[in-house]
Amino acid sequence: MTRRARLWLLLAGGAGLAVLFAAACLKLPAFGGDRHPYGDRAVRASLARHTANTVSSVNFDQRAFDTLGEMTILFAAVLGCVVLLRQTRDEHRAAPEPAEVALPVRRYALIVLPVALVSGLYVVAHGQLSPGGGFQGGVVAATALHLLYLGADYRALERVRPVGRYEVGDALAASAYLVTGLAGLIGSAAFLANTILPYGTFNTLSSGGTVPLLNAAIGMEVACAVVVLLARFLDQAVEIEGEGGS
Amino acid sequence: MADAVIVVALLLVAASATVAVVTRDPVRQALVLAVLGVVLAVLFTVLQAPDVGLSQLAVGSALTPLLLMLTVRKVRRRGQEKGRGR
Amino acid sequence: MSAVLDVLPYLVAGWVFLVGCYGLATSRNLIHAVGCLSVCQAGTYVLLLAVGYRDKATAPVYSDIKPGSRPVVDPVVQALTLTDVVVGATVTALLLALVVQISKRHDTVDPDELSELRG
Repeated sequence: MTRRARLWLLLAGGAGLAVLFAAACLKLPAFGGDRHPYGDRAVRASLARHTANTVSSVNFDQRAFDTLGEMTILFAAVLGCVVLLRQTRDEHRAAPEPAEVALPVRRYALIVLPVALVSGLYVVAHGQLSPGGGFQGGVVAATALHLLYLGADYRALERVRPVGRYEVGDALAASAYLVTGLAGLIGSAAFLANTILPYGTFNTLSSGGTVPLLNAAIGMEVACAVVVLLARFLDQAVEIEGEGGS
Repeated sequence: MADAVIVVALLLVAASATVAVVTRDPVRQALVLAVLGVVLAVLFTVLQAPDVGLSQLAVGSALTPLLLMLTVRKVRRRGQEKGRGR
Repeated sequence: MSAVLDVLPYLVAGWVFLVGCYGLATSRNLIHAVGCLSVCQAGTYVLLLAVGYRDKATAPVYSDIKPGSRPVVDPVVQALTLTDVVVGATVTALLLALVVQISKRHDTVDPDELSELRG
């Protein structure tokens, strides 16, 4: 198909979609309406199980099976990246030269790094109480580690980041989620049912039954996944060279 | 008052998304996407979704642009190697 | 003002999605196309959160408010969006890994040149 024909086809399809979508929007309940039957029930169920952050309760208790699916997508995507970005036979590694880093950048990065790392872990740990949880905290902690690349250089990053261990950690976290789910089967409850642990005191770190456990598993999984992903991409961008490379 | 803030945030999202699409150079696009990530995080916070805002801030303004830039670097480096080889 | 606000968030979500689709279809560079795909994703987030919003409500977190004292927005759509933000980023990474492979195999990241190679 020529470029022109494709553009016309796109415009026709896009216009049709836009018209139908706009018509549908006009019939939707008005923005900011007061009727949220699912939301109200989710909030009630979450409070009954002593989980202060209802979003975490939806993710790791009421819809824990859905999160298992999401986690599997994440795991499969990381696996795919690792396979696609591996070093092939016709490529070789060239050690990157140590780069000069401006002093203010170095100082700023090295001061911010521990702060960012700790806040990432804090966000994971308090997932069932305050806004946050495994998904967000994992990304923050993993990205924080890469400030070392900004502040020092690539070699320093490689020393604190044995990729193999993070790959193992990724797999362990995924299985931890599954095992916690299987533990729900004990006591004739359902898979991933939040019945095996006491719900604890509302608004304390150990409240919510299995929510903190699943939350921690996801936090570890996401952090390891992001570290592995960035490691593979950095490898490709900085170190690995094709055959004709200098 | 809250409504006005929501309207402004929505319009900013629409504008930065449009700019991100019409920016054809991938490096510049990655920067615009980082801006879009921050604006989206603001919108989500205004819509009373701090959880989502937090993850959007971490992912949209740091992780995705970083991955895009690393890919650009890899692809361009390959292009240079080929150019020298010929 | 309020009549506009009733539908504006939905329309913005639709606009962001469609503009992302336009970029995807007209892109001359696969890396740019992946960026456009993440714009499309942003459209779906805006739509989901707009559906769950409630006027004069607060965030669905009870660590600092008494249960039942204030209305809260819908936590279900927030949970859906939240997981997708992070999982979507890893899928973006997978797509970028595919782009790197394509550039290795075919020495180009222009989708038009790629289809010429095949045909």
